[in-house]
Amino acid sequence: MQPFTNRAEIVERKPMTIWEKLYIPAIARGMSITFGHMFKKRPTINYPEKTRPFSPVFRGLQVLNRDEEGRERCTACGLCAVACPAEAITMEAAERLPGEENLFREEKYAAKYEINMLRCIFCGLCEEACPKDAIYLSETVTASNYSRKSFIYGKEELLIPHPKLQPEAFEKARGLRVKR
Amino acid sequence: MHLSLLAIDWFLIVEKLILIAIIVSVSLLVAMYETYAERKVAAFIQDRRGPNRAGPFGILQPVADGLKLFMKEEIVPNLSNRFLFILGPGLAMLTAMMTSAVVPWSSHLELFGRNVELQIADVNIGILYIFGVVSMGVYGVMIGGWASNNKFSLLAAIRGASQIISYELAMGLSLIALLMLTQTLSLKTIVAQQQDGIYFFFKQPVGFLIFLVCAFAECNRTPFDLSEAESELNFGYHQEYSSMKLGFYLFAEYVNMFISSAVMATLFFGGYDIPFVNDTSFGASHGQNLLAILQGLSLFLKVAIFIFFFIWVRWTVPRFRYDQLMRLGWKGLIPLALLNMIVTGFLILLKQNHWHF
Repeated sequence: MQPFTNRAEIVERKPMTIWEKLYIPAIARGMSITFGHMFKKRPTINYPEKTRPFSPVFRGLQVLNRDEEGRERCTACGLCAVACPAEAITMEAAERLPGEENLFREEKYAAKYEINMLRCIFCGLCEEACPKDAIYLSETVTASNYSRKSFIYGKEELLIPHPKLQPEAFEKARGLRVKR
Repeated sequence: MHLSLLAIDWFLIVEKLILIAIIVSVSLLVAMYETYAERKVAAFIQDRRGPNRAGPFGILQPVADGLKLFMKEEIVPNLSNRFLFILGPGLAMLTAMMTSAVVPWSSHLELFGRNVELQIADVNIGILYIFGVVSMGVYGVMIGGWASNNKFSLLAAIRGASQIISYELAMGLSLIALLMLTQTLSLKTIVAQQQDGIYFFFKQPVGFLIFLVCAFAECNRTPFDLSEAESELNFGYHQEYSSMKLGFYLFAEYVNMFISSAVMATLFFGGYDIPFVNDTSFGASHGQNLLAILQGLSLFLKVAIFIFFFIWVRWTVPRFRYDQLMRLGWKGLIPLALLNMIVTGFLILLKQNHWHF
């Protein structure tokens, strides 16, 4: 058969010499190679103790953001739900009552905000669509679970911790993504 | 006078029983940690980390493995011969442990005014005993494979048995050259000769090489592990086994490895002799007990090096094809062993006729 490329090599099948037939030199060479590998640096990362840093463009679990005073930024405008190609986001709006100014930033807020994590494809379009900087994709991944229902994340799961009441948890949840 | 023949030295019996208990438990412990060492060394050779979850550095891993094996369901196939099915792994384990009886683990301790020999039995046919017991190991394989009532197990058992028998021949022939030098079959005397002179490895390098290759084959270790090729040849003679009966077979292999390392160290590398140290004068100046302990440690170090070598070879050399295995055994090692025997005999004759070289 005509070779398709010029990289084809003819295999030599000449009989082995006595030195080669002894196998011992070849075995000794192989043994020295494996012995050398014992002292090589191992590429393994001990996962639960050590984690690899995420890439700066990593898109993980969604987080509902708060502003500096801890007020929810979301106004339930529904742009994220419209932008979502997987139709994973649903929400219900409610009007802010007098006395709730420290809880919600605008007059309208999301009384219910759900993302179905089984539908979500983590494309980040919700983050791009949001005019209020209220939703962004963090550096965590969805935790595994046994029931399908538990993958519908409500506000308890999505809302970022309060920046004043739980500053450490807030910083941790914010991660490096927001500072981009 | 007749009564003195009947007078049993009870202390001796107690002493030997304690020694047997110690040696059996030590070889089991060593076998346990061989499995750990095997996995660790394999991991290091393959740039991995190996078991490191159970305990610090994973040193409890063999315990976890054993526990797992005990917890598994024990299955005896319906149509198998129940008695032989259970006898098989027991026999494999028994023969593996029995070899340790004649290996001199150290010189003697001086306890309670007695000389306690650290060898279970100094038989004057020690090497023959080892050969006899090792060849009994074939029965463990054969019985296990046959009693399973499974054609693949039986084929694998025959494969394993013919391999072990073929390599036993070369093993025996390679030792004849050594025995011509030593003029004795007692392992203790062989060690004593090496303590005075040089190690027999330097007098019998070819014999050692043949013995080493045959030891690999006898222990069913790679490159000769055809009888238990895990994935490609239907696992092997213990295909129908589960739970601790399987564990016994696998464990017997590791015990065998330990014992054959000890035998190789004894025959060719001076046994419990401490290298570069004059043992008798050390014993005179530091006490016999310390010497005996250090000698035991010295033997264990040699054994550990051999075990490492076994493992190292396993994770380097690929498995032989069956015809290659048989060709190496019958056409390679046996003629080589015969040649080695003739050359050794010739040189001994020349030396006896006052040739100097």
